[in-house]
Amino acid sequence: MAVIRRLAVDPIRCDGRGLCAELFPERVSLDDWGFPIVDPTPIDAALLRDARRAVQLCPVLALRVETVPVELPVRH
Amino acid sequence: MSTTAPDRPGVGEADPQPEGSARLLSALDPTGAPVTLAAHRSTYPQPLAANGRARSLVDEVDAAGLRGRGGAGFPTAHKLRAALDAPGDPIVVVNGTEGEPASAKDRFLLASSPQLVLDGALLAARAIGATEVRVCVERGAERELVAVHRAIEERRGVEPLPDVQVLATPNHFVAGEESALVHWLDGGDALPTGRLVRPTLRGVAGRPTLVDNVETLAHLAQVNRFGAEWFRRSGTAAEPGTRLCTVTLPDGSRRVVEAGCGSPLAPIATAAGATLDGSGGVLVGGYFGAWITAAEAAGAAFGDDGLHHLGATAGCGVIAPLPPGVCGWCETARALWWMAGESAGQCGPCVNGLGAIADLAGQVAGGSAPANAVPWLQRWGDQVDGRGACRLPDGAVRLLRSALRVFAREVDQHLGLGRCPLGSVGFLPFPDHRSAPWR
Amino acid sequence: MTVATLAAASPSKALWYLTRGAGVVTLLLLTASLLLGVVTSVGWSWARLPRFVVVALHRNVSLLVLAFVGIHVSTMVLDGFVPIRWIDAVVPFIGAYHPLEMGLGALAFDLLLAVLVTSALRARLSFPTWRLVHWLAYVCWPIAMVHGFLIGTDRREPWMLALDATSLVLVGVAVAWRLRRGTAAAPGAGSPVGGQAAAGPGTRRLTGSPS
Repeated sequence: MAVIRRLAVDPIRCDGRGLCAELFPERVSLDDWGFPIVDPTPIDAALLRDARRAVQLCPVLALRVETVPVELPVRH
Repeated sequence: MSTTAPDRPGVGEADPQPEGSARLLSALDPTGAPVTLAAHRSTYPQPLAANGRARSLVDEVDAAGLRGRGGAGFPTAHKLRAALDAPGDPIVVVNGTEGEPASAKDRFLLASSPQLVLDGALLAARAIGATEVRVCVERGAERELVAVHRAIEERRGVEPLPDVQVLATPNHFVAGEESALVHWLDGGDALPTGRLVRPTLRGVAGRPTLVDNVETLAHLAQVNRFGAEWFRRSGTAAEPGTRLCTVTLPDGSRRVVEAGCGSPLAPIATAAGATLDGSGGVLVGGYFGAWITAAEAAGAAFGDDGLHHLGATAGCGVIAPLPPGVCGWCETARALWWMAGESAGQCGPCVNGLGAIADLAGQVAGGSAPANAVPWLQRWGDQVDGRGACRLPDGAVRLLRSALRVFAREVDQHLGLGRCPLGSVGFLPFPDHRSAPWR
Repeated sequence: MTVATLAAASPSKALWYLTRGAGVVTLLLLTASLLLGVVTSVGWSWARLPRFVVVALHRNVSLLVLAFVGIHVSTMVLDGFVPIRWIDAVVPFIGAYHPLEMGLGALAFDLLLAVLVTSALRARLSFPTWRLVHWLAYVCWPIAMVHGFLIGTDRREPWMLALDATSLVLVGVAVAWRLRRGTAAAPGAGSPVGGQAAAGPGTRRLTGSPS
């Protein structure tokens, strides 16, 4: 079973500090009020470090890296 | 009434099966009083007795294809199975909160047929092994609270009764949302928690929690009584059975009617006493739903499938045609303002985004908006959609997008004239919950 | 103090100077850390200084506080000139030498440890728990300042008094700012009732077209 990783935000915990957009602009942009819009595109190994740093440095721990199991396409 | 007949189990010779689309609304007391236990039992045998059917209730509900009637339309059997499979002591929560102001069907059902709803709740409880049932009704719905309370008391000492309690929930739009209800039952405020785990796995006190709408449970009781095949005789293959619809009449009053899922919308409205003629637009599904034009409504089937191409769903069964002379955009602006005020206030995109959208929509309605208001509304709608802990922002954006489509001409008129061409007469209900407690 | 003087000083004197020096630096770093913490929680940002830099600085300065307080404490115990045991550094008010004033230092150190340990274990704690303990920093700082003021060897020196006064003013302003601003952009009771939209940071004005 393969897994994909993607960044996700807890919208209740988040209060729009914006560090995530500074640290991980590849997946996070800010809306017109400073709150993060998280791109759910999977994160590959190269970006994982930046993702984890954003998760760690969020002052309210609103970010997480989720691991989602995914079915690989079957080859016939 | 035989419960062991092999060929048609559970159904007696004098077959009281409701015919046509009058199912939940059949056998009601003509005075409007709640159906008594005795009268109810003449049609529906005691639910904790075996129904004589080979299939379990969950399988029967699965075969029937019953879907939730609270607005989300989730397959009921899946929920039952999930609660059954989850570890721990399950609990059943009957959701009669009905936060949608334009909907009255749940209250109607509780006030007129509480025994049927209780049957459904107790059957569901037995099916998943739950011994606790909590019936949730909004504070202020006095008549309904009394009716359910009395219905439970009628059974006490007469029939086996698990731990059933009636609870009065806070008056807020989002208080009836699953996670908000669970949080409130746990002793917190009725605010959505955005929990990643479904209540059927871990809900009240960490236990598997089955939250079902009152109408869903009423249908479940009928499925238990009359079978899945009977249930499928109405409605469509994808959306079987009937549903209760709340139709808003030109004078603002509401009528509850029952129709097969996916049946044509226009006859439902006219059966209730409303008309689509001359209407500027029809709200379907509730404030959580969408607008369609009167012409579209005249040709549409009232079901999720039938409304999909119009960007709408049947939702909780609301059909509200605007009478002639009522401005659809102004009503939308009011609805958006109301929904923004109903925000739990927990998520930035909702608080800020819905606020900004409501503000600007109000400016358009009042004629003071800048000329580029529509692109801003669309931009903010895109930014807010799906970014809250509950579906309130999603619902508001759906309403907004449908309004921008259906009332495009009206919007241009407002912007051009600097005021509402129809004088902005109010029509839809917007109860003021701003000072209501959340606990 | 010139190098010659230092060289002429006996080893115990050197340790004593280290204790004093480390103590002063600890206080300065503690003040800096608190100010950075306030800037973090209020969510103030400056175009030249990304927020993540402020947060990272806050963390690193806090770790430096630990390093310097470690030097301050260990040099004092090792020096032996005053009768202080290792345990007096963590358990307040049980020492033989000026138990109250020294005890305040130990108390401040305990609070600092609580803050640092809970921050290290942040991911495992609930956010409200973590935050409650973190607020002990606002208790730690005045206790540390009073400790220095009461028993710091250089407490009466004009430069020390000037540093104390400056720190007091800066922290006072920061705390007042923090209390007024609340936390950054917290969506709260700001329901957009009556048509007034809750204004978050960066609310666009309605001119020009959306980019």
